[in-house]
Amino acid sequence: MTDAAIAEETPPQGSVQNRSLWATALLRLKRNRAAVASFFVLIFLIIAGGLGPMVSPHSYSEVYPEFVKTRPSLSPYPQAEQIIPAAESALRRARVEVGEIVIEDGTVRIAVSSESEIDPRISRYVDRSDVFSNAEVVDISGDGLSGAITADVQQLYFLMGTDANGRDLFSRTLIALRISLMIGALATAVALVIGVIYGATSGFVGGRVDNLMMRFVDIMDSLPFVFFVILLVVFFGSNLVLMFIAIGATQWLDMSRIVRGQTLSLRRREFVQAAESLGVSSWDIVKRHIIPNTLGNVMVYMTLLIPKVILLESFLSFLGLGVQEPLTSLGVLIAEGAKNMRNAPSMLFYPAATMTVLLFALNFLGDGLRDALDPKDR
Amino acid sequence: MKTRMMAGAALALALTVTGAGSPWAATYMRGNNGNPETLDQHKTSTVVEAHILRDLYEGLVVYDAAAQVVPGVAESWEVSEDGTEYTFTLRNNAKWSNGDPVTAGDFVFSLRRIMTPATGAKYANILYPIKNAEAVNTGDMEPDSLAVEAVDDHTLKITLENPTPFFIELLTHQTGLPMHPPTVEANGADFVQPGIMVSNGAYVLETNILNDKIVLQKNENYHDADNVAIETVNFIPIEDRATCVRAWEAGEIHSCADLPAEDLERLQSEHGDATRVTPYLGTYYYALNHEDEFLSDPEVRRALSMVIDREFLAENIFQGMIPATSFIPPGIGNYETGSPETDYFSMSMLDREDMAIEILEAKGVTPDTPHKLEIMYNSSENHKNVATAIADMWANVGVNVTYNVRDISAHYAHLRDRGDFDVARAGWIGDYSDPQNFLFMVESDNDGFNYSRYENPEYDALMDAAAAETDLTKRSELLSQAEAMFMRDLPFLPLLYYSSLALVSPNLQGWEDNIQHVHLSRYMSITE
Amino acid sequence: MHREEIDILRYALRRLLGAVPTLFLIITAAFFMMRIAPGGPFDQERTLEATVLENLNRTFGLDKPLWQQYAMYLNNLLHGDMGPSFVFRDKRVHEILGEGLPVSMQLGFLALLLALFIGVCMGTVAALRQNSKADYFVVALATFGITVPPFVVAPVLALVFAVFLGWLPAQGWGRADQMVLPVIALALPQVAVIARLTRGAMIEALRSDHVRTAKAYGLPASMVVIKHALRAAVLPAISYLGPAAAALLTGSIVVEQVFNLPGIGRYFVQGALNRDYTMVMGTVVIVAVFVILFNLMVDLLFAVFDPRVRYD
Repeated sequence: MTDAAIAEETPPQGSVQNRSLWATALLRLKRNRAAVASFFVLIFLIIAGGLGPMVSPHSYSEVYPEFVKTRPSLSPYPQAEQIIPAAESALRRARVEVGEIVIEDGTVRIAVSSESEIDPRISRYVDRSDVFSNAEVVDISGDGLSGAITADVQQLYFLMGTDANGRDLFSRTLIALRISLMIGALATAVALVIGVIYGATSGFVGGRVDNLMMRFVDIMDSLPFVFFVILLVVFFGSNLVLMFIAIGATQWLDMSRIVRGQTLSLRRREFVQAAESLGVSSWDIVKRHIIPNTLGNVMVYMTLLIPKVILLESFLSFLGLGVQEPLTSLGVLIAEGAKNMRNAPSMLFYPAATMTVLLFALNFLGDGLRDALDPKDR
Repeated sequence: MKTRMMAGAALALALTVTGAGSPWAATYMRGNNGNPETLDQHKTSTVVEAHILRDLYEGLVVYDAAAQVVPGVAESWEVSEDGTEYTFTLRNNAKWSNGDPVTAGDFVFSLRRIMTPATGAKYANILYPIKNAEAVNTGDMEPDSLAVEAVDDHTLKITLENPTPFFIELLTHQTGLPMHPPTVEANGADFVQPGIMVSNGAYVLETNILNDKIVLQKNENYHDADNVAIETVNFIPIEDRATCVRAWEAGEIHSCADLPAEDLERLQSEHGDATRVTPYLGTYYYALNHEDEFLSDPEVRRALSMVIDREFLAENIFQGMIPATSFIPPGIGNYETGSPETDYFSMSMLDREDMAIEILEAKGVTPDTPHKLEIMYNSSENHKNVATAIADMWANVGVNVTYNVRDISAHYAHLRDRGDFDVARAGWIGDYSDPQNFLFMVESDNDGFNYSRYENPEYDALMDAAAAETDLTKRSELLSQAEAMFMRDLPFLPLLYYSSLALVSPNLQGWEDNIQHVHLSRYMSITE
Repeated sequence: MHREEIDILRYALRRLLGAVPTLFLIITAAFFMMRIAPGGPFDQERTLEATVLENLNRTFGLDKPLWQQYAMYLNNLLHGDMGPSFVFRDKRVHEILGEGLPVSMQLGFLALLLALFIGVCMGTVAALRQNSKADYFVVALATFGITVPPFVVAPVLALVFAVFLGWLPAQGWGRADQMVLPVIALALPQVAVIARLTRGAMIEALRSDHVRTAKAYGLPASMVVIKHALRAAVLPAISYLGPAAAALLTGSIVVEQVFNLPGIGRYFVQGALNRDYTMVMGTVVIVAVFVILFNLMVDLLFAVFDPRVRYD
């Protein structure tokens, strides 16, 4: 590595060094089974969050008023024992007597009678219900006082049950996954940009400026940042974009320290000093040599920051300051589920399980990356 | 049960318990749904404080266990012909906890203090019916010009601005409680501290630690002390309602003053009669902005109201609440005429929806050419779920909803500052049992509460006429007309009547459910 | 040795002096941020009558210009007075926080102690049996600990141990049995982090030359672990104390609410949501002072455990 002395024409030198570093790291990473598995789990979750809401049978915002807090089930709703009560309650407002109800091959036949003439419009009462469709009034007797209604019975799948408004929890978990990943990634990106630029500048310029800049980081660090995040959310309302900028803006401190430390040590290295003596501008040196060489550590830190941000967002949701309706996040779903843990445990279980899997994967991958990149182990 | 206690004891031993152990026996562990902001009867504003203050002090009149007004410090009272002069005769045996007699002068001192601007009383305006009260409170008059007079030690005369038929009811509010002048004069704001406070109710204050507990001990100088069964009351402030339920289920407290709605069904099935759901004097509503072009159309407002399935909200979203068909909750006092009926509430949801679709189609609003409305609500409780459900109902008739969530301070500040909005959530719990306490909110000069900017001179005229009317029946009719106008013009969309929810241990006797949700500890007892 | 002690003292003094402008900046930032937030302390469910609101604003000095309020606040603070709470009107902010601080400190300290003890033990075991079942178990458990939000863990603990089993109280603070569940709930995520840190550091230390040498000299394995490896592994755990304190603060907000504890964590959020300006300022000041002192303590601890660190 000491032969990396020629600077100006050798961004290749830097990248060669990088490539070999990356290649070794990749090799090490591949040998770490937990990290590899986590990597695939993560890919799977990203796809699920990214594409899932589009292919899921229900929209994440569709309300099924008749299916509030239903239990998760692999068989379709309505289940057999629900059909008859559903038919009765649908016709309760139609002011007719409900007779025999027969269910066959996905259709239902309801005998009705009334003291006055039956209005054919009553089929709409049945249609109204989430349970039935294509209702028709048939076989009206001569006097118009009795008849029957036939209708198709819906087949709705709620694999994870429904929430307090009767929305499919599976679809909501998918969209929540997407939002949580987005918040995690974007907040981390904000932290990354600020942290890397700040840290690299501080480390590279050095001296008094470095001292001042790091003192500022120390000050920021002793701030109760939760308080500032809460205040920011209060200012901006629960605006999604501003929220992760706010979170990101409070999470760059460690990042800037890491980058500064690395920069300081890189600065003493020959290839940087050579570039300087050749008159390469400071910014170019930072851009070409310093930042690429800190990437390894930064990546590790990033993978571990994402879960932190997701947890922080869930904390805000617990305080009622999370993402706005009709969108949702894992934190919002879990906070809502925690309130319902005793009457509808599925509302807590599935989002929490999703979050656990996601954070597990991110943590293991982060650990794996760190082990793979750790120079001390070489 | 036994093994459970054994295990607890063993564990407690293992941990070398330092405290005195469970103070169960003669102590009423009373869950209170939050911290009192103050124990100063003049700075108070919350229900949490009312529970404690009613145990500490006794006003001229008090509520009994069923929330009926009965004599307190005043034995009897007389009202002048024109309804503006009240003369109270105070009982001879009323005493402060230090043995001093309770005199008419104490009430004069107290009422003057609440009106003094420097006191900063949040609820001073509730006593504005007293002559000159408002002028004193705004600083235009000296406190001694307040029309409250001690004729002698046991006779108190209060003169009112106008005949106010609910005045006696008003005096049950905690702002009407007396204070012990020498203590307040000697200690200033510190008179509320344990060890200093002198009170005249069934209990005296022993400890007050925020978020921990407030301990009250029986007041031996109380005139009815012989009938007070519970020696010690520990008010446990539990803000998180789920925590209160857990503590109750674990047998740590005797009663919870509020419950999480989402848990109600389970509690009812598991604990049966211990779970109390009682109609409450409050309404949950959406304010509609009458300055908004779309919402300024009365037909549109009617359509929006018609399509809301309030039964659904009450059954599935806010369990325990009652579907509202008027603004004034049923069971209110001074309202024999009752709330007027509104035609569409007796119709089926489908018909209502058809009518609404027709109305809105005529305005060019259909699911294909939707109009957009924003529902603004504060981030707590079930408001999110209510908004989601209503958005779904409105979507059927072509009104698409977006949401705007703020925390509670920002939400109400926005309404107070007359910020722009379409639809805003709010709720109102009556301070006293009278229809005026609801209908006054949308009088055109009510800057604070008329969020909708409803302006109707006819409505104002009806309210004025009711205020001047001394005949209760006629007054009730006038108010009923005003409410009919309210339901026609819909400044607010009433959605649900509140219920008070409570968990009451079977060991606790004497807790009677009532519309005011008032439960004085002195009426209760504990059996082992 | 003597010389070194003076160095450390000097260093501590300089850090403390340096904390003064930091604190000043924090107070200023918090003061003005709080005031920009929409809504005020008297905006509640129930709108106040205009005259009443005016009286209140006058009573609390909110009618004065902002800079004047700021100057007054600073002046009061210098005299040890954090002002009246806008919400809890019977007490001054420092009185309220004075009641709550010991509770939060006990809670945080016990949780930290528990987390350190269990975390270091678990991490050590995992490192000694690297890649064994015990190791995987510890790693998995530790990771699980940081993936479940405390607002799920805390009520579940209360439900199981207080409601279902009836072993421990569901709420309150003061008696020893009331402390068990909150401390565990608060410590859990930290156990996880500390176990992971210790494991990593231990593995490294066990590979280091002097541990190998010690082993080669035939010192008993347990002696080696305790004397050398553990000592080296404790350093990262100590350096984590700073971030841990911050995490405990966040966690305590949740734990104090769920178990209904009279600590200061709750005032933090309650204050911000109620726009209880002075209360928020009070908590910010206390937390900032605490974090500054804690970080200093951590750095000084380093000196004790790691003689290589020099202060100049």
